[in-house]
Formats: sequence, C-alpha cells, structure tokens
Amino acid sequence: MSTRLQSSGRLLNKNNPVSFTFNGKKLRGYEGDTLASALLANDQLLVGRSFKYHRPRGVVASGAEEPNGLVNLGRDGHFEPNQRVTTQELFDGLEATSQNHFPTLEFDVGAINTHLSRFLPAGFYYKMFIYPRPFWKHVYEPFIRKSAGLGKAPKDRDADTYEHFHAYVDVLIVGGGIAGLTAALAAGRAGAQVLLIEQTAHWGGRAMVDQPEIDGMSAEAWVAQTLAELNGMANVQTRTRMMGSGVYDHGFAMAYERLGDHGPHDGPRHRLWKIRAKQIVTATGAIERPLSFAANDLPGVLLASAVRDYALNYGVSVGDRTVVVTNNDDAYRTAIALKEAGLEVPAIIDARTEATGQLPEAARALGIRVETGKGVATVKGGKRVTGVAICAQAGEGSVLEEIGCDCVAMSGGWSPVVHLWSHCGGKLKWDDEQAMFRPDPKRPPMNQNGIGFVSTAGVANGFLSTEGALTDAFAAGETAAKLAGAKGKADKAPMGADAAEQPISPVWLMPQGASYKLRSKAWLDFQNDVKVSDVQLAAQEGFESVEHAKRYTTLGMATDQGKLSNINGLAILSKSLDSEIPNVGTTTFRPPYTPISMSSIAGVAQNELFQPLRKTPVSDWSNDNGADNEPVGAWRRAFAYVRSGESVHDAVNREVKNTRENLGLLDASTLGKLIVKGPDAGKFLDMMYTNMMSNLKVGKCRYGLMCTENGFLMDDGVVARIDEDTWLCHTTTGGAERIHGWMEDWLQCEWWDWKVYVANVTEQFAQIAVVGPNARKVLEKLGGMDVSKEALPFMEWRDGKIGEFDARAYRISFSGELSYEIAVPASQGRAFWDALTEAGEEFGVMPYGTECLHILRAEKGFIMIGDETDGTVIPQDLNLQWALSKKKDDYLGKRAHERSHMADPNRWKLVGLETLDGSVLPDGAYAIAEGTNENGQRNTQGRVTSTYYSANLGRGIAMGLVHNGPNRMGEVISFTNIGGEPIRTKIVDPVVYDKDGEKQNV
Amino acid sequence: MLILRCPYCGVDVDETDLHGGGEAHLKRFGPGSTDDEFHDYLFMRENPKGVHFERWQHSYGCGKWFLAARCTATLEVFGTYPAQTTEPPKEVVEAIKAKRPNWEVL
Ligand SMILES: [Zn+2]
Repeated sequence: MSTRLQSSGRLLNKNNPVSFTFNGKKLRGYEGDTLASALLANDQLLVGRSFKYHRPRGVVASGAEEPNGLVNLGRDGHFEPNQRVTTQELFDGLEATSQNHFPTLEFDVGAINTHLSRFLPAGFYYKMFIYPRPFWKHVYEPFIRKSAGLGKAPKDRDADTYEHFHAYVDVLIVGGGIAGLTAALAAGRAGAQVLLIEQTAHWGGRAMVDQPEIDGMSAEAWVAQTLAELNGMANVQTRTRMMGSGVYDHGFAMAYERLGDHGPHDGPRHRLWKIRAKQIVTATGAIERPLSFAANDLPGVLLASAVRDYALNYGVSVGDRTVVVTNNDDAYRTAIALKEAGLEVPAIIDARTEATGQLPEAARALGIRVETGKGVATVKGGKRVTGVAICAQAGEGSVLEEIGCDCVAMSGGWSPVVHLWSHCGGKLKWDDEQAMFRPDPKRPPMNQNGIGFVSTAGVANGFLSTEGALTDAFAAGETAAKLAGAKGKADKAPMGADAAEQPISPVWLMPQGASYKLRSKAWLDFQNDVKVSDVQLAAQEGFESVEHAKRYTTLGMATDQGKLSNINGLAILSKSLDSEIPNVGTTTFRPPYTPISMSSIAGVAQNELFQPLRKTPVSDWSNDNGADNEPVGAWRRAFAYVRSGESVHDAVNREVKNTRENLGLLDASTLGKLIVKGPDAGKFLDMMYTNMMSNLKVGKCRYGLMCTENGFLMDDGVVARIDEDTWLCHTTTGGAERIHGWMEDWLQCEWWDWKVYVANVTEQFAQIAVVGPNARKVLEKLGGMDVSKEALPFMEWRDGKIGEFDARAYRISFSGELSYEIAVPASQGRAFWDALTEAGEEFGVMPYGTECLHILRAEKGFIMIGDETDGTVIPQDLNLQWALSKKKDDYLGKRAHERSHMADPNRWKLVGLETLDGSVLPDGAYAIAEGTNENGQRNTQGRVTSTYYSANLGRGIAMGLVHNGPNRMGEVISFTNIGGEPIRTKIVDPVVYDKDGEKQNV
Repeated sequence: MLILRCPYCGVDVDETDLHGGGEAHLKRFGPGSTDDEFHDYLFMRENPKGVHFERWQHSYGCGKWFLAARCTATLEVFGTYPAQTTEPPKEVVEAIKAKRPNWEVL
C-alpha cells in the first residue's frame, strides 16, 4: 500500500496538518503536499478512469506531465475540471472529485470496453460511425457523449477574478531549476533586465531531490545562495508558480501565474503575463519516459523519478516493495533512495546487457538484486500492482520469474522539454547516443533582425549531467544578455559534480519481440488509451505521417499533448515504417505548454468590460423609456420603445402608424459623419462615390453610393456640401470607422498628393430625425430658423438656431414623410431631445426605434446596406443605375461594372414582393424555380432581402432580388417556407406607399 | 506577435496595434484597362516563401499606412517605409540583398 513515511518529506511542514476531501471522503495531509502526494499518503492509488476503456488509473508522474490524475476541483463558482493532482498544492478545505467514470470510481460500467478493446481499434470512430448516417446522431453520438469525456463543464459563473500583465525585459528565463538559476546569474551579472520564472512553488528543480554537489556545497545550499544573489540584483526579477506557456513571434512570450490556486486568496486567481523579451532562455528540464510493457498502466506503475520525488519531497512511499525497471543509470537513484528510506526493492530489471556504472554498483552494494538483459513481460494485478513477470528483453516474453511487488518504478530515459523552443519554429536534432530529440542551436526561431531569440539551457538542451548543464546554462545566460545589449561581465560558471553515468540503451518495446497480446496491453498514451498495437495498426493502414498517426490514434491529444507519449509513440511508428526516428520526426509543439484557464485569457474583459458599448446622448433616455435594444456594431440602438402592457410587436406597429400620422422622433446620432475637406475634396469624393459630388451646390444634399474596387455596393448615405472645399458625408451606422479607414487608405496609399483631410465627427454631434406630418409644426413651435418649404426645401440644409440650440437642419427623408434630420453639438443632444419631446406633446410625438425605421423605408422601397446588400450586390441589381455617373471617367467600382458577370442581364434584381394571403415572408426565403441543380438541390430564382409586417397597409411587405424581376411585374412565384407549404407571392413595385412622394414634399 | 517599426512614429509597434493590408506596391488599373490587367490587379497576389512587401497600418497609433519588407519564412524584417512610394526605397532593397544575395526585385 502507499503510505506516509516517518522520515520527513523535504517540502512538508508537518507542524501544519490540513484536511481535504476526495469524492466526499475526508482525508488529511500536510502543508507542502501536492494533492497527488496527499492522496498517495492516504493509500488512494486509484485516481481516475481512462478515456476509452475506462481502465483504473493511478498517478504516474509527479509534475506537469501527469496524464491520469485529473480531477474536478472546488464547487459552484469555483468549480474547475481537469486539474492535475500533481501540480495542485494542497490546502485546508480543498475539495476534489474524480472524473470520467460511471457510476463510481471503484465500479465503472464503462470498464467493459477494456474487454471489447479488440473491437475498439485505432480509428474506430472513423471506421464504425460513418454509416448508416442517422445512427451517428441517434445511437453513436449519445453513447459516446455519455461514456467519454474528461471532466464536467462548470455550471456556474466563475466567481474569481483574473488579470493581464504586460512586461518588457531583456532576458526571460523559463525554469527555476539549477540551469535556470545559473542562466539568470550569468545574465543578471552581465547587467541585463532579467525575469526568471518557475512553474512550481519551489526553486532548484530535480537537483533538490538528487542533490548533486555544486561549487563544493550541497545543491540545496547552492540554490539558497544563488537565489539570494539574484534577489539582491535590482535588474533581476524572480517569480514562482508562473509557467512559461508559449513562445511566439519576435520575442513574445506568455506566462501563466497561479496566484490563488494554493489556498484561499484575495485578488485575482490567475494572471496572464504578456512578455516581450529580447532573448528567451528555456531551462525547462526534461521529462522521464515510460517504458512500453504490458499492463504498464496499472495503478502503482509510476515513473522512477516520480517514485523518488514522492519519497524524498513528500515522505510518501508508493509501495512497500518496488521493482525498478530501466534502460539507464538514473533510475538506480530511485532504488537507492527507497532502500535508504527503509523500503524494499526486490529487484532492478535493467534491459541493458550490463550495468557497471557508479550508481548500479552503489545499488548492488546496498544488497539490491540487479537483473541485466531482462524486461517486464507483464505487470500483474487488477486495480493495483501485485507483481511483475520478468523475461529476457531480447525475447518474445516467455516468463522467467514472477516477483511480488506493489509498485513498479519505470524509466525509459529522459526527453528534454523542447516545447517552448519549438513553439515558434526552433528545430530539433536526434541525439542517437542519448536517445532523445534535443534543440538544434543552429536553427533557432528568428526575431525581426534575423537573429535567434530563443536558446535552451542545461538539461532542456540535452546536457543531462550537472556539470554539463551548469556550463551550458551559464553560457546561455551570458550569450542571451549580450544579444540583448548588456555589456557587463558574467564572471565564471558554477561547477557541478555527480555520479558518472553509463549510456542509455534505447528500449521502445519491452520485451523487444513482444507478442500481439502483450503489445495490445502496452500503453503509450495513458490519457487517451493508445497502445503500441494501435500505432502499429495506424502505420499498417497507411497513416505514415506522424501528424496523421496522431489524429488517427489520438496519441498525444487532449491535455497531455504528448508529454509522456510522444517519443515512445513515434519510435514505435518509425519501427513499423522501417524508418529512422529523426526521419519520422515529432508532431508540432503548440502552446500552451500545459492548459491555462479560459478565464485568464479573458482577464478583466468580462461582463460590461467584455466589449465597451457606445452610447449616444439619447441612450440613457431611451433605456429609461422602454427601449428594447438591438446591437448595431458597438452601439445599442432602440429596436422599439415598448410601453407597459405592449409586446415589442405592438410597440413597433404603434410607432409605424404614429410616425405616418402624427410625429415620430428617431435618435439617428449613430449615423456616421465624416468631414471631407481640402482643395481636392471634390475630386476625391468623385472617386469615392459612384455619383458626382464635386458639382453639388453649397447648401444642398445628395444621396450617394460607394462601391468597392470590385464593384460591390459597400455603403450609402446623404452627402451635404458645407462650403467651397468642405463636404459632410453621412455613412451607415456601422460604417463610420470603416468608411473613414477606406478613405484614409486611398488618400495615403494611392492619391497621396491630393490635398484632402478626412475627420470622423460622428460622436461630436447628436442627430435627431423629426418625422411625420407634424414635423414642421414642432420645429416652428421651438422657434428660430425658418424651416418652411421655401426657406428649407427638400434635399437642402441650413445652419441656425432651433429654440436655444445650435442646429444644422437637413431636409432629408428615409421614411417618405415630411422629415428633418437635425444635428446639434453632442453636449446639447439630450436637452434638444427633451425639448422636442416636450414641445411635441400636443402634436402626438412618440420616439420610434430601428424596426419602425426599417418598415417605413421598406414601404418606400429604399434599400438598406446589409439587407439588400451582402457584399455580392451591385447598384445595378438594386435598380440604382441613376446613381452611377456617366460623366465621370473613373470612380471606385466603375471598371469592375464592365466585367462580363457584372454586366450580365441574368443577375437577380430588386422588386417588391406581395404574398397572396397577406402573410409576412420568412426572412432569407428563396424563390423556387423549376428543376434541380447538379447536386440534386432545387433550383432557385431569387431571395427575400427585407420582410416586415406593415401596420399601415395591414399586411406583409417585402423586397427581394429576383431573376429578371423588374420585367415580371404581376407574376406569381413561390417562396420556400421551412416546415410549411411554399408561399405564393406576386412580384410588385418595391414602392408600396405614397408612390409619388407627395407626403415628403410638403 | 510581430514587431514592426512605424516609420512615422519611429516606435516599435506590436502586431496587435497594427492592421495588415496585404501586398504592397499594387498598381491600380481602372477604366480603359484590359480584362486581364484589371483581373490581375483585383485578384492576383504574390505568395512567396521569402521576401514579401506588405501594407500595414498603425491603426491603434498614428493611423498611417506604411510598407514593410519581410521574410514570410523567418519573419525577419528588412525595413519599413512610408506608403507614399511606388517601389521599395534603395536602402531597403540593399538591406534585403545583404541578407538574401539571390533575391531579385520582381
Ligand atoms: Zn505610427
């Protein structure tokens, strides 16, 4: 059983016991524990079920590479799934539950899948679920959804807060082991601005467990001394619990700081750092590889280094009797540590033919049995290890002997953590002697100056000995500082010493000739349930690229991202393909290194800060007066002003009738207003608009169209000429910034010698449309400028006073009614609105919203950008040929309109649509034509672009684009109606209200 | 995330403060041009693995458009310069040739 040792764990504070729960069971641990070590101390070996076969799984590792120990943490607004027990620090009151099992962790019905594993091979989902199609939706998917999945999605809103930090440094050093500390020492002494970050709460990394000698002192003493020196430097910043999560172009890096995961906290829980570094040094160490032997996934089979970590760091023995299985010297450290802790090590199974290095000899001297040339045929046990059957590594797995044990410590060698090096394109090379991929320093990620900006240091760079790691790390720190512009001297590198090791002998399968039966129980990826046999099958079926094999088998997917499985998997793949490992290559390393919280990515951009909303001077009034808002860009515009007892639909109908019969007010402040000014402004606007603007008279307005260079209608609006060299261009509500940018682009990049200036004054003015038969009366009541038909005719504008307000009144109409759009300085907007509301009382004034605006314009057949246009519509489609100047040699879109497809007489064209039964056509419905196309789909001959209920006409009205439409007036065609009969509809004139314009012309 | 120097402000700008505008030095074809010329102007773009001239706008800064010569493979930036030119300035061409001796101006 796994239990707490009497000898104290290095990281524990045994004076501070804490209690926590796992699946509701109350357990105890100590301050300094991880959740993993505390669970093991309570003999909770089983922590979860695997993804596909629901096999019992225990903790395998002691760090970020842990694939199995994923739990739900916390509750309610603090609930979070998929948290690693190995990186979760224990605190009093922690609540954890296991995941991926049904109904309980100990008894899981999904475990039947393990007996069906022959029927669940690699690519199973692809193969089985394609046909018959309906089975996917009704049978397979519900089954998979119920039986698979990692963790549960939180139900409540996240109750914590999060934030972002921005940092600019010369040298970012990722990893606080002895290599990272050494690199920081070199860079700091050289005078560089250094940020050194460590993902755990502790400095010193693995050296604190293995205790090599550094500069004649213990690693522990050296780390303490080095930290003190670093913290004494003003130019060095050190932070723990902060993971380097990703490296991006030109020295950008992200780091994830966990401020509140180790106990109750004030302030933000996570902080996402966005770091711009001139140089990045990754001192990220290495991850031990599992060995691929049968039943290597049973609870109680761990990485050798993890068994050692639990014993020395946390005073936890995973088992009383541990068999060590290895192909290298390092794992002997585990055997020695356990033996010295008073535990039994019945045997070390070493796949190498001989083991005569310092560490094996030391193990033998302690009386430990060392079996060379041997392997594990299979691990014995059900929910936990009970023994191992050993065999010759060179054979096919004939069992020589069974050894009883309750823990297996395995080591297949070490793989440098090259993730951060690789994120932005750093290349790897295969080191045959050490059997690992390591960074190729000749091919680093490049910065903007064509210089490598990432280097790796120490073990991460393939230097596994203390001496080699320190020398390499010191040089890396010194070089990075120099490249970042530091001028100081780094002094000399610390000296390290540890036991000399004999070479590793790569073992990718144990035993070498393992039978199918053994291979189909030899796990490569514990989290995704991928076995040696699955990768071999993938290769056999033609998935030769490592990227394809990954997707087909799911090897290295999900939260694991191949930390444990990658190298073993591609070694099996390369063997199956009869190719060399470096030729097969690795899958792509992508950020983040380990998962980071979604909330940390959001930072403070939540709730009302998610997207700042734009407000007009009238927005507050609208919100206080029943506005039912709709989003229009970042604005919120009133769709309708709903009175108590009304539905939104009722409100719209009331507004529509009242505006036609009495007086309506519209907050039109959101309309874009661009001032275009300069000696060449007229010439410029003639290029921007399809119609002529240079000849517009001062004091007059003209409706204009803008096209893209490939001829499609992009915006429209009324242009007013203010003086000799000044025009004011109205754009659509969503279009102000876009059209301003469009104008700037042409002025800066094409006609840069034209003397024109453009300013966006949208927010400088409130603009209110005063609309309806009583519009003139209310303005006259306020007094001031002459707004009579004679003084201010249709399509003209005047400056002056209206009441006490500084007004520019445009006599323009988007409704077909007598209408004035009046702009006042934004600061006077609300007061002007209030004055109109008050003065309009006797004339039946009511505010109206965007839906009423839409209906009024549709009754008049006016187009709306975004309804009648969708980026594929040209002015000719909307019968707007009159707005395409024939006098101008050139304007944006003119050449495009000559292209054959644009000039094609068969384009769909705008018409009005009137249903025979008076109903409202569905938005976006298609007009049905005879026959079917090459895909067997029904042919179409048009579509609905705008459709509304008109309270004025008491029936549905619509516009649409119909093939040859304007020539088919009176014809009845059918429109699609999902779930019902096609709708019989007559093609009519788009103008269905006041065809002669008598109402606006008064 | 790229860093490009805005030639107007003289500051090194993060990509998030910029807006990309595609290939630089396009020659506009309008009325009177052939179908092929106009088609190429609208739709045909270089897509090199290597030196590329690009349009960028310092949109969260001075608002100006500028041009950049950049290697699409290594992300090296050879130079940035104001947009008011029909071809890359001599010093930018020289900077590219110094790093990419086999490169030719198209
Ligand atoms: Zn700038």
